[in-house]
Amino acid sequence: MRSNMLIWGGGVTLLLLIAGYLMPKWALFLCTMAMSHGLVSLGIVVLMRSGVVSFGQGFSFAIGGYCTAFMTNFFGVTDAFLLVMSSGAASVLIALPFAPLLSRYRGIFFAMLTLAISMVLYGVLVKTTELGGSDGFNVSRPTLFGMELDNENANMVLYQLAAVIVGVALTWSRIYTQSTRGLVSLAVREAELRVEYLGASVASTIATNYLVAAALGGLGGALTVLALGHIDPNFSYWTTSGEFVFVAILGGHYSMTAVFLGSLLVEIVRSFSNLYFPNTWQLAMGLFLLVVIRFLPHGLGSLWRRGSTGDQQ
Amino acid sequence: MTQSQDILLSARGINKRFGAVVAAEDINIDVPRGQRLSLIGSNGAGKTTFVNMVTGYLKPDSGRISLVGEDITALGPRQITNKGVSRSFQIPQLALEMNVLDNMLVAQACGEGRLSFWEPAYSRQRVDAAMYLLERFMLQDHARKKVAELPGGVRKLLDIAMALTGEPKLLLLDEPTSGVSVAEKYPMMDTISEALNSTDVTVLFVEHDMDIVLRYAERIVAFYSGSVLADGKPTDVLADDRVKQHVTGHFAAAGSESC
Repeated sequence: MRSNMLIWGGGVTLLLLIAGYLMPKWALFLCTMAMSHGLVSLGIVVLMRSGVVSFGQGFSFAIGGYCTAFMTNFFGVTDAFLLVMSSGAASVLIALPFAPLLSRYRGIFFAMLTLAISMVLYGVLVKTTELGGSDGFNVSRPTLFGMELDNENANMVLYQLAAVIVGVALTWSRIYTQSTRGLVSLAVREAELRVEYLGASVASTIATNYLVAAALGGLGGALTVLALGHIDPNFSYWTTSGEFVFVAILGGHYSMTAVFLGSLLVEIVRSFSNLYFPNTWQLAMGLFLLVVIRFLPHGLGSLWRRGSTGDQQ
Repeated sequence: MTQSQDILLSARGINKRFGAVVAAEDINIDVPRGQRLSLIGSNGAGKTTFVNMVTGYLKPDSGRISLVGEDITALGPRQITNKGVSRSFQIPQLALEMNVLDNMLVAQACGEGRLSFWEPAYSRQRVDAAMYLLERFMLQDHARKKVAELPGGVRKLLDIAMALTGEPKLLLLDEPTSGVSVAEKYPMMDTISEALNSTDVTVLFVEHDMDIVLRYAERIVAFYSGSVLADGKPTDVLADDRVKQHVTGHFAAAGSESC
């Protein structure tokens, strides 16, 4: 069972890597961004499974991004893999003190608290010139395992790095949804009292999922910064967090794979809307979400996963 | 085995007030291992408050609750559950959007103590164990049905089956037949009783239907205004004038049949 999932994950990664060679160059960047943002939204979906939604996922996204920017600019670390992994770990470490507090809240209170934390970070980043102020930082082109990247291959290598991380994240998410923790998380959403009276800790389940979401947010933030070559406080702004929630709702919690499909669709709609009606592209995004909620209230994943049981993938 | 070792649950001098309302006043109840004990009383008499204090949902203002001699008064629901006390609810607490089998697998996973990111919830061994328990509660045909689609009686049975998953020492059932039609009550209680008979679990159940109490309880504790009005054999308690006056009215005890 587990080996089947590992084979599936390997297959998905291979397909993504092959697709990288087949797609036009402009699409490489778009797909890298979609995968990076998809990782951040995947964190929200992990939380959604246990009945809470973070409206402040930009917090982890920014922590991951700033960690990469600091390590590059102040410590001279350029290896993309090391930067991404360190950023994921840093995001978890910084989220750690908030986890016990947040695990005591549900519904809108959880959402608003996560939003407040991300906006506090935004305020600190904007006002602190040592942290780049409102302009942020530029990040130089990374290396990978000692290999220098030029303009030609940097996009491809970053795409490949994102593809491998997404492949691992998807494999993990399939294993997670069918694990004991994954199933109990799903029960927490509907029957919190019952879970507590069966001997499991609801608070620690939510806290753990929050830290998982932080790790995924940090990874996504680091990949985004490496692809963009720049970071600024807007990474932690509430509209950025709103876009991640948008993608999470679009994908739905039935399928982890759907989150990345949702992220890709949003990136495509955003790119083309920006091109043809730059001042009203949010209108197109809003209409798009309305259509999805009207016809697929459980997200894109419900197209191939109608059940709401623990065998979701 | 000494007498004190035979006592599974002991509540001594329990008091609980909600403002001016006395929910429990000097409650003293000892429950021996393996006993089927029923708590009766009118609404607001303090039955569910007592169950909530035993399971850690409420803390008594004073008094001591112990399980096999160990003080559990200050513990929370989870800690008490992990010591072997399980409960079902008057309104079943179930994951409605999940199917019956998944709810059972959740109960199993929770009872194992440590949740794992890796350990599969759907292993053959776990599914077989869940199905075995579902069969004992005659729920095997509902295994793949979503709980939201099931009638109230089936949900009650599932709630109790989940509570029994961790092989508790003490099982508290809060009004197991409430909301169930008269025709379904006895078959349902027979099913519960048969499932419990294959275990050595001690059962404490809150019930309003005196026919059910008389048929399935070995002992009755009658509550009134937060106090214990009578405690003893079902026929004796139901014949007590004070119980007739404050709890049962003029219920005629037709005979006792222990489960």
